[in-house]
Amino acid sequence: MSDVSRSAAMAAPATINVTLEVNGRSCTLTIAPWTTLLDALRDRLGLTGTKKGCDQGQCGACTVLVDGRRINSCLTLAVMKDGAKVTTIEGLETDGTLHPLQQAFIDHDAFQCGYCTPGQICSAAGLIAEGKAKTPDQIRELMSGNICRCGAYPNILAAIQQAMTAMGGKS
Amino acid sequence: MIKFQYDRAADVTDAVRQIAADPEARFIAGGTNLIDLMKYQVERPPRLIDISRLPLTSVEETPGGGLRIGALVPNTDLAYHPLVEQRYPILSSAIMSGASQQLRNMASTGGNLVQRTRCFYFYDVTMACNKRQPGSGCAAIKGINRINAILGTSESCIATHPSDMCVALAVLDAKVHVTGLSGSREIAVVDFHRLPGDTPQIDNNLRRDEIITAIELPAQGFAANHSYLKIRDRLSYAFALVSVAAALELESGRIKTGRLALGGVAHKPWRSVEAEAALRGQAAGPETFARAAEIVLRDAKGFGHNDFKIDLARRAIVRTLTQAANATPQSQADKRIR
Repeated sequence: MSDVSRSAAMAAPATINVTLEVNGRSCTLTIAPWTTLLDALRDRLGLTGTKKGCDQGQCGACTVLVDGRRINSCLTLAVMKDGAKVTTIEGLETDGTLHPLQQAFIDHDAFQCGYCTPGQICSAAGLIAEGKAKTPDQIRELMSGNICRCGAYPNILAAIQQAMTAMGGKS
Repeated sequence: MIKFQYDRAADVTDAVRQIAADPEARFIAGGTNLIDLMKYQVERPPRLIDISRLPLTSVEETPGGGLRIGALVPNTDLAYHPLVEQRYPILSSAIMSGASQQLRNMASTGGNLVQRTRCFYFYDVTMACNKRQPGSGCAAIKGINRINAILGTSESCIATHPSDMCVALAVLDAKVHVTGLSGSREIAVVDFHRLPGDTPQIDNNLRRDEIITAIELPAQGFAANHSYLKIRDRLSYAFALVSVAAALELESGRIKTGRLALGGVAHKPWRSVEAEAALRGQAAGPETFARAAEIVLRDAKGFGHNDFKIDLARRAIVRTLTQAANATPQSQADKRIR
């Protein structure tokens, strides 16, 4: 690192204001630029439903929807999403009624330890909104970014198929 | 995670001005590779310049019948774009074979080109790596090099370029549009990435002050006869051990034009012009394809753990050319290889 850039980094403001609409509520956070969206959600907003698994984009436990698309929140800087709409597992239910995917995961026992489940469900919500997966092979392929160490994959597939039918293929 | 200063670029000119003024700054777009590398402290930029909001997100038809793809088009949008699916299905297929849908939703077209190697020794800051720390040596050459290169290697580096998208862009003869302090220029995709030589720290020929603005595809998309076959240690969400992009233009069973590029085997998407010359005018059949594979792999060299890649690549080339000739491209959802 050169002296010039070192001093530039040190002179940088340590925090930046970021406004996010999280699960329908507007939140303004004052955060360091190196805060990931995952850490902002968990540590600043107390939304611990979104899990930190590998923290390297390899497991999918941190999957959330940003402006309707599923992404890995661990590889996203919160400052880069200023103004975005974020949906986490906490935001899927409506007035106490579970989202069809949440209900389907219960109906099909689509988990064992449950750690990957919020990411699986948010990812599946993204998958259904994309409307590209029709066959079991396609669902498996487009869900491959979510690892389940307990190996509940057959039940996860069944749950997604049930929710897809219940939702008429729409999100 | 390291600490850094964060700035946004107002437009392309501002992005170029900012990157030129700060030699250690990095652009960030999707962030899927850079943030990962920063967490491992492989990359330690004191400053990030956010280019993700620049208006480089359109896909437009060119007067010559091709497509111009903005550098910030997400990988998913590119793969699902109707014109890409219709005219350049090999590009859609290659993109969909890589990463996961979450990562493809984040990753940009330009960022895919400049992603760095996934060599284990590059990622592990306690190991010698000439790419990460020039002059420190290469721990992969005598290490666990199962995933490493067999073509175009040097004594200083046997890393591979990890992209699938770029392998398809190589067979399509795509061009990279870049803008720097001295104006704009085009670089052929096949000339964009470099071989390691004795400067493996330099992945590509993009200059320090340049930003990728677009990828241009020529009119010929090989939609009728193409295939992208990716072989890896698990069936999805893994980097290629070997991948092959094959595109053919056939005329009464003979090959008028044949294109062939490999991924996972070299420091760049590996296109063999010599093998393509051997395809030209020949019958589209196993003997022709085997001859092309021999030519591609004539100078291949294994480093122990990756010796198997030479045979694997030979068979994958023949298989992919056969799929292309039969108009039965490899499905990226149904994993059976036919």
